[in-house]
Amino acid sequence: MKNSLIYGLLLCTLMVTAPHASHLPLWVCTLCAMLLVWRAYLTQSGAPLPQRWLLTCITLAAMGGIAIDFHTLFGREVGVTLLMLLATLKLMELKTRRDAMALIFLSCFILITHFFYSQSLITGLYMLACLFVITTTWVHLQAPGSAFRPRLKIAVSLLLQAVPLTLILFVLFPRVPGPLWGLPQDAFSRSGLDDTMSPGSLGRLALSDAVAFRVTYAGAAPRREQMYWRGPVLWQFDGHTWTPGRTLNGVAPEFTQTSQTIRYSVTLEPNNKNWLFALDVPDKLSLPARITADFQVLSPTPVTARLRYEAQSQLSYRANMQESAKQRQRARQLPSGLNPRTLNLAKYWRAAGTSDAQIISRALGYFNQQNFHYTLDPHPLGINGIDDFLFTSREGFCEHYASAFVYLMRAAGIPARVVTGYQGGEYNAFGNYYIVRQSDAHAWAEVWLAERGWLRVDPTAAIAPERVEHGLSAALPDNSALPFMSRNPPLHELQLNWDTLSHQWNQWVIGYNNERQFAFLSRIGIDSLSAQAIDMLAAIATIIAFIALTMLRHLFKREQDKTQSAWLKLCRRLAKVGLPKLPHEGPRDYASRISTARPELSDAMNDLTARYLALRYGGIHEKDAQNEFILQAAKFRPSRVKSVAML
Amino acid sequence: MNSSLNSVIRQTESAILGKPQQIRFALTCLLAGGHLLIEDMPGVGKTTLSQVLARTLGLQFSRIQFTSDLLPADILGVSVFERDSGQFKFHPGPIFAQMVLADEVNRATPKAQSALLEAMEEHQVTIEGTTRALPSPFFVIATQNPSHQVGTFPLPESQLDRFLMRIRMGYPDEFAERGLLSGIDRREIIAKLTPQMETAELIALQQQVKQIFVSPALLDYVQALLRYTRESSRYTQGLSPRAGLALLSAARAWALIDGRNAVIPEDVQTILPGVVSHRLQGEHQNTLARDLIEAVAIP
Repeated sequence: MKNSLIYGLLLCTLMVTAPHASHLPLWVCTLCAMLLVWRAYLTQSGAPLPQRWLLTCITLAAMGGIAIDFHTLFGREVGVTLLMLLATLKLMELKTRRDAMALIFLSCFILITHFFYSQSLITGLYMLACLFVITTTWVHLQAPGSAFRPRLKIAVSLLLQAVPLTLILFVLFPRVPGPLWGLPQDAFSRSGLDDTMSPGSLGRLALSDAVAFRVTYAGAAPRREQMYWRGPVLWQFDGHTWTPGRTLNGVAPEFTQTSQTIRYSVTLEPNNKNWLFALDVPDKLSLPARITADFQVLSPTPVTARLRYEAQSQLSYRANMQESAKQRQRARQLPSGLNPRTLNLAKYWRAAGTSDAQIISRALGYFNQQNFHYTLDPHPLGINGIDDFLFTSREGFCEHYASAFVYLMRAAGIPARVVTGYQGGEYNAFGNYYIVRQSDAHAWAEVWLAERGWLRVDPTAAIAPERVEHGLSAALPDNSALPFMSRNPPLHELQLNWDTLSHQWNQWVIGYNNERQFAFLSRIGIDSLSAQAIDMLAAIATIIAFIALTMLRHLFKREQDKTQSAWLKLCRRLAKVGLPKLPHEGPRDYASRISTARPELSDAMNDLTARYLALRYGGIHEKDAQNEFILQAAKFRPSRVKSVAML
Repeated sequence: MNSSLNSVIRQTESAILGKPQQIRFALTCLLAGGHLLIEDMPGVGKTTLSQVLARTLGLQFSRIQFTSDLLPADILGVSVFERDSGQFKFHPGPIFAQMVLADEVNRATPKAQSALLEAMEEHQVTIEGTTRALPSPFFVIATQNPSHQVGTFPLPESQLDRFLMRIRMGYPDEFAERGLLSGIDRREIIAKLTPQMETAELIALQQQVKQIFVSPALLDYVQALLRYTRESSRYTQGLSPRAGLALLSAARAWALIDGRNAVIPEDVQTILPGVVSHRLQGEHQNTLARDLIEAVAIP
């Protein structure tokens, strides 16, 4: 095999395996890299390939490593790892055309596995580049004599010829809702909003510029300070962590006196959680989702693939005016024996005889006037975390403020709860949509007032109004750590441009699901397909398949020549008794070898060989001669030589 | 088998001891209409083989001893002015014979070599504007000393391709050598040889070779062999289509000598070393042909 072809195959293997390096164990990547370098060195120096036993050892050791590392030999990760190792090991025994062919198919297969991990535009483009290299190498393999440029030309024209078919398949191939098998890796690795909140949990997200979801408004966008994307609602506090607690059933969400209806569509990145995000307060959704008593939107299954939905929200509302006593009681519970100073402060405010609304404004005023700081890296808090925060450190991120505020309210006997979600979003003028990132994660409070129902109060707005009006980077001091892009205008613009492209890709390529397929097909008039037309299509497809099969059969007919298959059967029978035919051994040589080894078979074998030679090479086409040969060959049953005991 | 062909072989074998395979290869070349290159050290019977074949087949024989000062005219002939007639008269050179022995062809300069090789290819020579056909059958046996000997011009690859086969004589085995040493003088034996075949019969046999049947299955095998030499990294260059044709015609001739009217894979395998070893370049030159046979499965 020519060196240039081997280098081509090396490049194919390298290109299809390299992206897996980011998520497979280090030792696997190192082993693959070492094998690739070794193979390149062997090709360069012309040294012989390693012995089979050595390769077997490496293979077994790698299998052992996988079994130890993954505790199993099944599953997606293991499958990908095995494929990678097999491809690189196959390179080490690359001798024949058949090996090269196997390697090319293996490369194509590994290429597909990247979709398990990412379906982004950049992955798509990279895979296209890989496919081009693979096709060029394939052409090289099929037409070894051709020069580099003609090979490129053939590869390009092959890929271009594939484009129409790809488009037809893309548009018409039936879609399965959800991922075909397993979950895309995106669903696991992303950090995102959790259903618990403790000091620092949102601060950690502030550094991630990963996209949580993208929003396109149907009409004019609301003001930024109205964009509260409602996520998990937290009721239960243990002194450190807020959790949803036990949800009460049977309390219907209801709101009245609504105005400022707004419609929008959300493209949610997979987060492997059930909740969907909607503007406060969600009204209707295009998906079969449930709106809970505390106005969370829950999907029946975790969101494991990018999800697009239309939603309608009311920005101005009176929510659950008739809240049940049980719920109100639940919204007043506090852990006992903690934060005495906070409890005293709330009691003092309550004792002053003020109304609930006044207590709320006193609390907000307290945050505003007592030199509180909004920061990403506050001092760690002790066991009485709220006390420490309110009276000592006085610095924190939104979760600190929300948590302390709700604690104060509950201590003063006002029903209150923590709401987490996202606030704001960045406008992308290139694509006319809003990007909500993980760094927009936010926590705020809700209090229940008899005359108002559940009312949103955002204590962060009292300390750092810029956070709500302009976003995180405006609210934090200039020296705090933030994603690099958000402080670098030209790069940021580039990022927005790229995001627009990705958004289009997600919407039109990845998001082309079965619903969109039906919608598209009905637009071009295929929805009114009668049963008759479908039958006809099926019939045409069957006929085409039949013709294709017949042609294939015709192509391989000589291979399946009856004479030849009878002869091959005969050879297999002889191989079973220890006299296998060597691949390059001619029939006459084989017959004479057998005659020497087993003189008793000599006559029959010579007769059969003469018949076979006449039929296969002598141009004899008589049906009778062929049948006779097949008959005789079938009768030929060599017996195993019985070992004669030496006496 | 053809009886006169049989007696040709028998008589040649009686004069050249212990070289049945080489004799058959030489006949294969002759019957396939090709030419033969014998490469070996001096004194192993290259010349004797050609002389014996010429006598046995009853062919006109001429011998050109190639030397470093040999000129094309010494091979092809020259026109001489004759005073009596007042005209130029062509005196044909030694190439105008049915069997030409070009002895030690690598001793001559490339110019003289190419004069011979062109004549071999075209079966005619053009001298001073006149084209003259060479006799039929026309068979050249060229001998060549291994090129590492001093004062030689080894034939370039493109010229080697003109020879259908290249064989080596090799040392005789013990038994044959004893016979050679104890027997009478070879020259006397050669002088006593009688033609065993008419020229017309030889030409008919050459036509018969072309009628030998080649099945599609065998063509598959030949193509697999060619493909392997082109794809394997073992060879610097694969076999040319002409080499493929050479394989087929040599295999046909071999099948005829073996008394069959169809080619079988064993025929191809037998003649393959002689046909391809001077056309293939690779690492282990001596086992190149053997490796090729073993690497390609018979379909």
